[in-house]
Amino acid sequence: MSTTGILEFLTIFILAIFVGNEVVSRVPSILHTPLMSGSNAIHGIVLVGAMIIMGTASGAAQVVLGFLAVLLATLNIVGGFTVTDRMLEMFKAKPGENPARAKRANPEDGAK
Amino acid sequence: MTLTIWINLIYLLAAVAFIVALKGLSSPKQARNGNLLAAAAAAVAVGATFFNPEAHFSHHTTNLVLTIVAMVLGAVIAVPVARLVKMTAMPQLVAIFNGVGGGAAALISIVVFLKDAHLHDLGAPKPATYAIVEAMIGLLIGCVSFSGSAIAFIKLQELITGRPITYPGQQVINGLVGVAIVGLTVATVLTDSVPLMIATAVLSLALGVIFVLPIGGADVPVLISLLNSFTGLAVAASGFTLNNNLLIIAGTLVGASGILLTRMMSKAMGRSLANVLFSAFGSVVTAGAGADGTGETRQVKTGTPEDIGVLLAYARKVVIIPGYGLAVAQAQHTARELADLLMEKGVEVFYAIHPVAGRMPGHMNVLLAEANVPYDELKEMDEANPEMGTADVALVVGANDTVNPAAKNTPGSPIYGMPIINADEAAHIVFLKRSMRPGFAGIDNDLLFDDKTTLLFGDAKDTLGKLVAAVQEA
Repeated sequence: MSTTGILEFLTIFILAIFVGNEVVSRVPSILHTPLMSGSNAIHGIVLVGAMIIMGTASGAAQVVLGFLAVLLATLNIVGGFTVTDRMLEMFKAKPGENPARAKRANPEDGAK
Repeated sequence: MTLTIWINLIYLLAAVAFIVALKGLSSPKQARNGNLLAAAAAAVAVGATFFNPEAHFSHHTTNLVLTIVAMVLGAVIAVPVARLVKMTAMPQLVAIFNGVGGGAAALISIVVFLKDAHLHDLGAPKPATYAIVEAMIGLLIGCVSFSGSAIAFIKLQELITGRPITYPGQQVINGLVGVAIVGLTVATVLTDSVPLMIATAVLSLALGVIFVLPIGGADVPVLISLLNSFTGLAVAASGFTLNNNLLIIAGTLVGASGILLTRMMSKAMGRSLANVLFSAFGSVVTAGAGADGTGETRQVKTGTPEDIGVLLAYARKVVIIPGYGLAVAQAQHTARELADLLMEKGVEVFYAIHPVAGRMPGHMNVLLAEANVPYDELKEMDEANPEMGTADVALVVGANDTVNPAAKNTPGSPIYGMPIINADEAAHIVFLKRSMRPGFAGIDNDLLFDDKTTLLFGDAKDTLGKLVAAVQEA
């Protein structure tokens, strides 16, 4: 890679810092945990890197370490997205849409 | 060549999807879609990688098979774990998934290093200095994130004490290890030596451990967020090493947003990030624990479930303040049952949620959402506090530090300055607690000894169940 190559990557890196700061600047505290978990899943994309080095691995040491890298990265990406989805699934219930809530409204009406 | 362009276009699309997804994760309505979008983008990018000429899968069938085996194995382990682990264990789980990501980034650096060394032996020139520096940065941060997350997991799982672990000269030792790592890194970059690289990796793993040991209690979630950000940076470094824009963008996004998120979390606890990481909260905690002996001689007032049931049933306004005790006891459903029952009786009920209730910011909201408590009954601290003065009963379920008036009144206290829910302003305060043990921060709570406070000891689910029965009778 030439020196201009690394400069291009540095440019992307710096711009990504600003984007990363911007996109989460107004997150409400109830979403802190899902956001942490979701961004945790996103860095699981390291799997792409692990696959690339595994593809070209030669010799026992490289293959074993590459295999481990793919395994760990898969745990990160699959587990990360799954657990985040499970957290967010629980936020979907809204007043009125929820059958358990609808049931509760009746006795209240009766009391009035 | 054209294939490479297509693959890189797919990577670019995936990177854009990640940005949109992170934006989505910051708003309650879009969060789930955001996560699904990111997952889909990741799946497409991973699928495309099988055809990436850089991976040479078409020439190395064995490696292709092994890659698929590793991926299937990883998915088979990860999905059930992520699906079945209790919601209360969520912080530990995020810690593990984060740690393995850091481990993967570190392994990428090691393999790249081994490859270059092998080529060098065959007569190729030594790789460019910046290439070694990139690989070393990925290795260093990845190792710290891996071992640090492992210790955070062990602490949260309570395999070792969750409290800060301190020993004499701790800061000095940490500093020396840090200096040694810098020295070894420079030596590795200069010599391109594999043994020196391995030594740096081992020391970095050690640094992760000793960096995390003195951080304890309520600070661990902030730490996980920080380690999450570290892993992002390690992944970005892997991207530099492999000349891969997707890894650079995704890793940097997580690194940058993670640092910001970490600072927001520290702020929610009324402290600076530096204070969270280096204050050695522990020294103060030991002082608090020593004072326990005198604390026990003070009298607390305990009540029967029946007394408290009557108090609740005839109140006009009840504020439920849930804490980690509710989460551990899996009592969120019983709490909702009690709230529903009280509302049927015409009592105004809402939940006051402290930003760090539970073990992670937002953790309590997740748990109560699981129990189908609607949004409008959940009030965040700033919204709840103005109403505390008019509440008849503040029902504190398994919370302690988040209602401790010492945060307002005792300048010497380790939690001084932390925003709290003003349970002390309610006409009556009822604590449902397992025991008189102090909370996560390890300090006494004067509110427990207050005249208007009544205590009911026991497992939160159990005591809430008794209260439900008592309110029905009342």
